[in-house]
Amino acid sequence: MPDYFQSYAVVLAVAVAGAALVAVAFTAGRLIAPKRPLPSKLTTYECGIDPVGKGWAQSQVRYYIYGFLFVIFDVESVFLFPWARVFVKLGWAAVWEMGIFIGILAAGLLYAWKKDVLKWA
Amino acid sequence: MDLLDWVLLVARVVIVFFALLIVVMVLIWFERKVVADMQTRVGPMRAGPRGVLITLADGVKLFFKEGITPTNADRPVYAIAPILAMFPAFLAFAVIPFGTHVHVFGRDVPFQLADINIGILWVLAMASPNVYGIVLAGWSSGSNYPLLGSVRSSAQMISYEVGMGLSLVAVLMYSGHLSMTAIVDQQAGVFHLLGLGWLPFPRWNFVPQFPAFVVYLICSLAETNRPPFDLAEAETELVAGFHTEYSGIKFAMFYLGEYVNTVTVAAIAVTLFLGGWRGPAYPAVIHWFWPLLWFLLKLVLVMYVYVLIRATLPRMRYDRLMSFGWKVLIPFGLVWVLATGAVVVLPEVYGRRAVLVGAAAILGTVLLVSSLPALFTAGKKEQVRS
Repeated sequence: MPDYFQSYAVVLAVAVAGAALVAVAFTAGRLIAPKRPLPSKLTTYECGIDPVGKGWAQSQVRYYIYGFLFVIFDVESVFLFPWARVFVKLGWAAVWEMGIFIGILAAGLLYAWKKDVLKWA
Repeated sequence: MDLLDWVLLVARVVIVFFALLIVVMVLIWFERKVVADMQTRVGPMRAGPRGVLITLADGVKLFFKEGITPTNADRPVYAIAPILAMFPAFLAFAVIPFGTHVHVFGRDVPFQLADINIGILWVLAMASPNVYGIVLAGWSSGSNYPLLGSVRSSAQMISYEVGMGLSLVAVLMYSGHLSMTAIVDQQAGVFHLLGLGWLPFPRWNFVPQFPAFVVYLICSLAETNRPPFDLAEAETELVAGFHTEYSGIKFAMFYLGEYVNTVTVAAIAVTLFLGGWRGPAYPAVIHWFWPLLWFLLKLVLVMYVYVLIRATLPRMRYDRLMSFGWKVLIPFGLVWVLATGAVVVLPEVYGRRAVLVGAAAILGTVLLVSSLPALFTAGKKEQVRS
């Protein structure tokens, strides 16, 4: 399939063009931009006062739970895409089966909702 | 393939790449002008006629600015993050068909970089690495505000990515193709709204898939961190969010990446929902020009909607944003996928299918629109109680 490889060759060419843009921009920046580092200039910004701590603060655990939920639903869409491509040929049976699959996942989402996981507090 | 083919291929890539950069420049100017107009200002006026070169001037200025890497920063990651934020946006654009084809040197050159047969999946795959750019930028800065901004936006972007994926699945089910060219072809011709003979309309996916279109528009705003979902860089709370510590070229990369991303998601909306380069009229001169013009007009229209939303809505509260994503968009997306499935496999009896599709679209739209106020009012009671 020459077409198949050709289209990916084009994608590769776009990637090369993007890389070239980045390379040109960074080189130009290095050549033209001034570079006068001072200790006070190199501190991180905290509204003008001296920063406190290393800047790697602890954050809410809730973000982590959303990460979990995302993985579940993203994997679900991995199943959905191939199914969506072929389900017309399989007819009603395929729709029912996907309904059951989505139903189980939706039950999980409802459980998370009931447990107040989705509530930001 | 001989030499001429390769030359044409490289020329195509280079031309489209620069055209994309120019479109991005003009659209940034367009956005600033429209926002200025809505705030009764004149907006940029100095650089070029009516300020159209303002983006170029800003870009050149950024080249002459010192790039500062804070001592706290994780240097390699700090340098890679802006590249990661910009790079995938260009790659996603590679699959968008923006015209038919032009006949040069005895070859048919398509107005599309690559017709990959997994089009929609490619778009989704290239939409996700953007999150890495933002998370790594915030984390590697070694500063508090960028970290908070990046953690926020990562949760926001992954949540809305699920909704976006579900709306794209619905389009895929309705059209039956993954390739972008095939989806544009599927939208050719005319159909009759609600099966009524006197109500013809172009067979564009946004009519039967209107709920999916709305979901896609909302999710694309959240995915590109555009107002009113720009919580990653909420200046009233987080200075400038994930790019607080960035300056010079690296900041320019974030800025460029954000706008290339916006153009790409708008182009995807045009291709999947608004019939791509198809339009009602093609005059018989310069055959390749009219499809391109239609595509650009639709792109500007979608961008205009984005800008209107930016200019009229205040920034969302974070808890409302997240609860809207998980409690409205995702359950609705799941229901809509099943509804689309049912509508598509119902036996094709003349007239019936159109009525069914229309009824589903209207019901879905009513359901979705009636849940939109949640975005602005959710959690109000609790606020009063505390």
